[in-house]
Amino acid sequence: MMTGQETEPSRRSFLDRLLKLSVFAWALSIVYPIFAYFKIPPEAESTPTNIAAAKINELQANQGKVFRFGNQPAILVKTPDGQWKAFSAVCTHLQCTVQYRNDLQKIWCACHNGIYDLNGANVAGPPPRPLQEFKVTTKGDDVFVSKA
Amino acid sequence: MIAKMKSRLSDWVQERFHLSGLVEFAAKKKVPYFRGSFWYYFGGVSLFLFIVQVVTGILLLMYYQPGAKTAFESVHFIISKVQFGWLIRSIHSWSANLMVLSVFIHMFSVYFTKAFRRPRELTWYSGFVLFGLVLAFGFSGYLLPWNTLSYFATKVGTEITAVVPVVGEPIMQLLRAGNDVTTSTLTRFFGLHVAIFPAIFTVILSLHLLLIQVQGISEPESWSEYPEHKKKFIPFFPNFVLKDLLLWLIVLNVLAILAVFYPWELGQKADPFAPAPAGIKPEWYFLFMYQSLKYIPAKLWLFDGEVVGVLLFGVAGLLWFLVPMWDEKTPKGLRNKLINYAGILAVIFIIAMTILGVK
Repeated sequence: MMTGQETEPSRRSFLDRLLKLSVFAWALSIVYPIFAYFKIPPEAESTPTNIAAAKINELQANQGKVFRFGNQPAILVKTPDGQWKAFSAVCTHLQCTVQYRNDLQKIWCACHNGIYDLNGANVAGPPPRPLQEFKVTTKGDDVFVSKA
Repeated sequence: MIAKMKSRLSDWVQERFHLSGLVEFAAKKKVPYFRGSFWYYFGGVSLFLFIVQVVTGILLLMYYQPGAKTAFESVHFIISKVQFGWLIRSIHSWSANLMVLSVFIHMFSVYFTKAFRRPRELTWYSGFVLFGLVLAFGFSGYLLPWNTLSYFATKVGTEITAVVPVVGEPIMQLLRAGNDVTTSTLTRFFGLHVAIFPAIFTVILSLHLLLIQVQGISEPESWSEYPEHKKKFIPFFPNFVLKDLLLWLIVLNVLAILAVFYPWELGQKADPFAPAPAGIKPEWYFLFMYQSLKYIPAKLWLFDGEVVGVLLFGVAGLLWFLVPMWDEKTPKGLRNKLINYAGILAVIFIIAMTILGVK
């Protein structure tokens, strides 16, 4: 049989633990909503299937253009030999927006001097990966770009 | 008559605030006077520029509207339509830059005079946090006009946090309020810049200043062997305070000259769907980090060059923060020299990289 003196400490330590737990739960109930509040709700990413990026005679050979592809910039290039090429314009290094340099005949990022060739491959500077390539089709007067 | 009123007023104040202790404290407070005393003033200059930032910042708040569609336009409105708006904005930008400079000088002078030593470690730690907050103020405030330079600087700056393994990506999303730099990022930076950072800054600054009052101003290292009579002091009040105020006045004049003759440019409105402009660079105080990252190759053995660079800066920053700890542990003979060499190396590195970055 247990006497009152024996149960006293365990009851006390139980209450003590309960109190600590409830203080912790109380703190969590304040901190968690604040923390969660800072996380922006996920937005539906608009991935366009097919977008008219330019008119067919808008670009000369050895010229490029940055256009909006969903919520990201993309680049359309007419190569010196007249081919159409399209890539994501987001530099794989630190996400600056790239541009076409007709003097280099390459795609260039102004932020850290990253260079990509006309297949999107990273050929110089800090970019670690090639640019994502998109598919280009022409239909009538328009140049269409879609995810490959 | 006036004397009577004065004494009644002082009695009234004394009865309510018990200021006599404070007056006594101020009367006794003294500042070491020696060749290097000049460096003591940069803490005060930083404080003054912070006050300028608070005042001009609040004034800018009267017209500024966050949001990608309104931010640039409202700053343009401030500098073109509002009376003296150009001046307020120009002072805010210039004062921010001078404050960063002054904080840098203050920090390095405390480092080289070894004023961070026991019992002043907490002053150093709190000062370092304030330094970090000053840079965070600079980074967040830079985006608010929503111009091309600030847009890409923010894009690159936040992307760099994503480089850090494991925690980097969530931190970047937290900063950007999403995966990209958008109008949500602008709103978030605005909240940080005008509410969260000032609140934290005020608390830590109060602690920093309180510690200085409690512990008194640090004496130069060489004095430890001096007998008391060889040490020279000047009273804090009024001598040091008057000198401080004179310097504040000079700084205010420099600020006014810079703001009037070299008004801060607004630049072009940010266009997320335009290429980054040629010659893009971060603010000068981030330039040394930006420039050194350029020299690290894309791949270092198995790791991305960026990861190595960012982690190296992280470790260097941590060592700098913890200097009171490793200073204690260095062998006595080398004690001063090791700290000095590390500091000189840091200064040379920062200046050299900044110059290379400007070119």
